[in-house]
Amino acid sequence: MNIHEYQAKKLFEEYGIPCPKGAATSSSEEFESCIDSLGEGLVVVKSQIHAGGRGKGTFTDGFKGGVKLAKTKEEAIEYANKMLGNTLVTIQTGEAGRKVQTIYFTEGADIKKEYYLAILLDRATSRPVIVASTEGGMDIETVAEETPERIFKVFIDPAYGLADFQLRELVTKLGLSKLESKNAAKLIRNLYTMFWEKDADMIEINPLITTEAEDVLALDAKVSFDSNALYRHPEIQALRDLNEEDPKEIEASKYDLSYIALDGSIACLVNGAGLAMSTMDIIQHFGGSPANFLDVGGGASKEQVIAAFKIILGDPNVKGIFVNIFGGIMDCDVIANGIVEAVKEVGLELPLVVRLEGNNVVAGRKTLDSSGLTIVTGDSMADAAQKIANLVA
Amino acid sequence: MSILITPETKIIIQGITGEFGARHARLSLDYGTQVAAGVTPGKGGQVFEHDGKSVPIYNSVKDAVEATGATVSVIFVPPPFAADAILECVDAEVDLAVAITEGIPVRDMVRVKRAMAGSKTRLVGPNCPGLVSPGEGEDSKGGCRIGIAPGYIHKKGHVGVVSRSGTLTYEAVYQLTVKDIGQSTCVGIGGDPVNGTSHLDVIKLFNEDPDTHGIILIGEIGGNAEVEAARWIKENCSKPVAGFIAGATAPPGRRMGHAGAIVGGAEDTAEAKIKVFKECGIEVADTPSDMADALLRAAKAKGVTLS
Repeated sequence: MNIHEYQAKKLFEEYGIPCPKGAATSSSEEFESCIDSLGEGLVVVKSQIHAGGRGKGTFTDGFKGGVKLAKTKEEAIEYANKMLGNTLVTIQTGEAGRKVQTIYFTEGADIKKEYYLAILLDRATSRPVIVASTEGGMDIETVAEETPERIFKVFIDPAYGLADFQLRELVTKLGLSKLESKNAAKLIRNLYTMFWEKDADMIEINPLITTEAEDVLALDAKVSFDSNALYRHPEIQALRDLNEEDPKEIEASKYDLSYIALDGSIACLVNGAGLAMSTMDIIQHFGGSPANFLDVGGGASKEQVIAAFKIILGDPNVKGIFVNIFGGIMDCDVIANGIVEAVKEVGLELPLVVRLEGNNVVAGRKTLDSSGLTIVTGDSMADAAQKIANLVA
Repeated sequence: MSILITPETKIIIQGITGEFGARHARLSLDYGTQVAAGVTPGKGGQVFEHDGKSVPIYNSVKDAVEATGATVSVIFVPPPFAADAILECVDAEVDLAVAITEGIPVRDMVRVKRAMAGSKTRLVGPNCPGLVSPGEGEDSKGGCRIGIAPGYIHKKGHVGVVSRSGTLTYEAVYQLTVKDIGQSTCVGIGGDPVNGTSHLDVIKLFNEDPDTHGIILIGEIGGNAEVEAARWIKENCSKPVAGFIAGATAPPGRRMGHAGAIVGGAEDTAEAKIKVFKECGIEVADTPSDMADALLRAAKAKGVTLS
């Protein structure tokens, strides 16, 4: 689960991770009081959406920059008014962009040098890893590719936690002054404590900066949490912003369906994540384009199938549907009845190809064939994928 | 023969009195698996009955191991308690713990994995379908079925299957069985980013097993486990291997159902993994419908008989 920058900075404050003073609001009437709560000087105006690349983004009305530096209060309010309610398109939002519903004002910082700092899981070692670099404010993938020697990693043994010597080594590699080193070590230790205690999935600060006063500050904050651990963090769950999520995905989660919208024309309904992914692949293999990922889980009950059909049909790009079910334990006839009832209930007019395999499949196919509905059946996954691709083409 | 489990293996089911655990306990008993004991804290002394068979229930894994001599435990415990259930297996020194549970927090698994280092117990999973070593009876009955896979789609034979995904494993197994090609053992290692047994661990076991003549390796986007296995195969494994990677059409940064299936960098895309497979002499299945045929092509090229 992702949270906004202003929410992440509040958590940073709780954990003693220094960042520029800031204030957030969703109401233009509060712009002035937010800015007044900050110190004198420059104000940074930041659009709050769950996507990176905000600074270089463009709003759909042509206004450029989702993050702006203002010299005066009036200028800051002007920027904020242009951003709030406007839709920001960045390299991570897709063409549709995201509507900005919150503005975050922060004090401008006096930057001496920018760094990169992140904590995430390293899958190869099954341990948390701290990633730091002297090249801050840039795209870290580019740094990794062009100057890998400027990226430093610290792997943390979960039995002992982050050791002091590891911190000393890291701040030395970053080439920090004595006072900066002390400040950075404290910041990184606190950040790791937050990562561990809150079940974070990833914390990324880009840039982390040093100032002329040798302070170390988190200028930005990108934080996501392990969805499987939210049950033990109600305070984190409360930060969920449904405005940032696809309404179809929210609806799907109510029925225990795992749904992700894509931009193709063939909707798929599959049981199991691996089979669902490869169903998308096989549609593409035969010249079609998948409209979504949809895993109904191991069961695929009638209620789930009906809910899934309704969600799929809510996407105007969908021109055909491919149902691919391997009924291992589930009775295929039960699934077939679910499909027939779902089709009758939603009044389907698009082409539908069903591939059923597994337990009691003969009865299941018979149910589909004798339903009086125009359901095309496929013998294998390949056969069915080819059929739906041809029907939609 | 088979790897990790045989028809004689005695198993424990942790969470046997829960709805999910009970359902699969019954299916394993029907398959002919030696379900020696159940474990549900507080229900020790009760008995799980099914179709004339009685399975004693114990309060702890240790009690169950001491009373029955079982060597494998399968975990159907809800996510908040699953890490503890795995640690209990380690403490009771079972040979193999199989965690079916989906949705265990990553932090819990990071701690469990560290705690298991140097222990006697091997972990398969979590978030996995389990393992099947098919038997000789009708619909492969008489085999060892641990977890949630449909037993009847299997057939006893000589192909090893390893996969992160449940339904894709069933797809591969079914394709083999329809072609009258049997399996030695099918292992679902699970779709989480932190898991116990890797693709490579299973490949090594298949390589050493004289009764496994060919291998199907099924992977997904995310991580580098499949690449690691492929490189090892190139250097060490002379058996025919077919491979498939799911998720070629998955957009970067989105989790495709499995917590581990996410494209984070250039290295963990389907395209990158398929390229490494080809470089390592693995016969790549173009579509998931092609997995059994791909293995047949690989076997033919090496002059190996699979059935």
